[in-house]
Amino acid sequence: MELILIIIGAVFVNNIVLAQFLGICPFIGVSGKVSTSIGMTGAVTFVMVIATLVTYLIQGLLERFGIPFMQTVTYILVIASLVQLVEIILKKVSPPLYQALGIFLPLITTNCAILGVAILAFQKDFNLVSSVVFAFANAIGFGLALITFSGIREQLDLANIPEGMKGVPVAFVIAGILAMAFMGFANIV
Amino acid sequence: MSQWKNFSKGFVKENPVFVLFLGLCPTLGTTGSAINGIGMGLATTFVLIMSNIVISLLAKFIPDKVRIPSYIIIIASFVTIVDLLMKAYTNTPGANGEPSLYDNLGLFIPLIVVNCIVLGRAEAFASKNTTFTSFIDGLGIGLGFTFALFLLGAVREILGSGSIFNIKFIEGDGMIAFVLAPGAFLALGYLIAIMNVVKKRFANK
Repeated sequence: MELILIIIGAVFVNNIVLAQFLGICPFIGVSGKVSTSIGMTGAVTFVMVIATLVTYLIQGLLERFGIPFMQTVTYILVIASLVQLVEIILKKVSPPLYQALGIFLPLITTNCAILGVAILAFQKDFNLVSSVVFAFANAIGFGLALITFSGIREQLDLANIPEGMKGVPVAFVIAGILAMAFMGFANIV
Repeated sequence: MSQWKNFSKGFVKENPVFVLFLGLCPTLGTTGSAINGIGMGLATTFVLIMSNIVISLLAKFIPDKVRIPSYIIIIASFVTIVDLLMKAYTNTPGANGEPSLYDNLGLFIPLIVVNCIVLGRAEAFASKNTTFTSFIDGLGIGLGFTFALFLLGAVREILGSGSIFNIKFIEGDGMIAFVLAPGAFLALGYLIAIMNVVKKRFANK
């Protein structure tokens, strides 16, 4: 039951993109097409779950050695190496997807959502299982926001938009309206 | 390029937020009020200046293949320093029990390490330029970022809670939505649109 609450809370109520403002760069950057956003969601889910799992174990080590202030440095190193790993695997297993994600795959390292979720899981004092479920739910929340958003942006190409609003500005306005929709979920958990 | 040009490019021509769309997460997440925006901007500026200086000094000694991880370690060290400093000096709650600046910025202080602006400047500028030029570049881009955060924070605070720097000028609440998540996206979207129009006007003249 507790796990279900964590999932609902992370996907809908405190949506990582639309309520917590983490992972905005890929949210604006790769949301042009639905197919690329699905690929991005896959990559983020994979990295986020493993990163949270590994950082959870490392946190134990940091505390044992009495150096919790090294948290930021260690976490970011672990995440950077994981992203390299995913990149190498993806290049081998699925070249088309690798081509499609292009520059944004190395950029997962600087995707604040990954580090943010790892630190959040630590701050919320989750145990191992809850941490992993929390990471997975956040990745789903990221995917939900990203894919919905890219669906809207695909339609937007057909619309007639004032010159100054074209591109990024109108994307932000739409994100604002989406965030308003997600506010409807507030207080259900 | 003169040092003045190098310094001032961060404000309009290469403004990280309005023109390059970098560092958007803290831009949206910490601009509920003007003062939070300035606090976040200055913390980022400190990291930017220090990492630019150190990286420009070390660039010759770091092997090309491991440069990105090395840069990240340098940046992460300065972020840890900022985190500890802010925990020590900006952690006193307000008179009426308002959360402190450190609490308000919260998660976004450690997240400076993944701010694309810092790594971007390290890779694109500090690794190729002299220490003094890199220092000026860090200062200019950092203050440009602070300016953008202040602008967005001020707009959201004025519309959302009818106050500026916590000084109220209307009775009651403002449009609460502007302090909450949707307002951040809306306000930034319209600010970028205004910037685009202004830039176009200047270009036509």
